[in-house]
Amino acid sequence: MAVNVYIPTPFRRHTGGQSRVQVEAVTVGELLRSLAREYPDLAGRILDGQGGVQNYLNVFVNEEEIRSLAGLDTPLKAGDEVSLIPAMAGGGRRTERRAGRPPWLNIM
Amino acid sequence: MELPRRIYEEMLNHARACAPEESCGLVGGRAGRAERFFPTPNGAEDPLRRYDIPPVDLLRVTREIERGGMELTAIFHSHPATEAYPSATDIRLAYYPEAFYLILSLADPERPVLRAFRIADGRVDEQPIAIC
Ligand SMILES: [Zn+2]
Repeated sequence: MAVNVYIPTPFRRHTGGQSRVQVEAVTVGELLRSLAREYPDLAGRILDGQGGVQNYLNVFVNEEEIRSLAGLDTPLKAGDEVSLIPAMAGGGRRTERRAGRPPWLNIM
Repeated sequence: MELPRRIYEEMLNHARACAPEESCGLVGGRAGRAERFFPTPNGAEDPLRRYDIPPVDLLRVTREIERGGMELTAIFHSHPATEAYPSATDIRLAYYPEAFYLILSLADPERPVLRAFRIADGRVDEQPIAIC
């Protein structure tokens, strides 16, 4: 059963430039493992060392992210669209130290 | 990258409206020229110090960009109180080496500063911005 997979721009250099590929799979876990076999350079970007999904990667089945479904066990049916989208996040400012004297000077 | 003034102003308005929290969004375009700004909510737990575009918005905007025949040209966020330079966390969490990372600083409210970077493998390369 073929499912459409959306490949995000940073992964396309590993899929020969393709932005969509077709994968035969009945669960999301099977789909990701099959992608990792077909495109070995993607393996470490998709799956972590324990076979789970990389933390930074969002995997959608149609409109839903799989963490709100059944994770890797989420079932797939013909015509589903799976989208892989790495996080866009960052952060910054170091926590600022409180102004004033360090606590060890407050003893007196 | 090329940035129409109208889009620059949309970013500035979004950043000012969200301050003192960090703001974020995506930019669709073609061949290094920005065509459309998609402001998004900031889903970070600590939005004063972090940005994190919610998954639902990532999916929605990614589809809009594709439907419009555009590419993901840039990922935008603001630094309400610090300089327009990627923090260590910004660098660590940069997963899009082919996109520009745009950072708008409001540290001096009278003089906002926008800078563009490529971030790949922990390296930061500043890129020129032509506002036109
Ligand atoms: Zn930042």
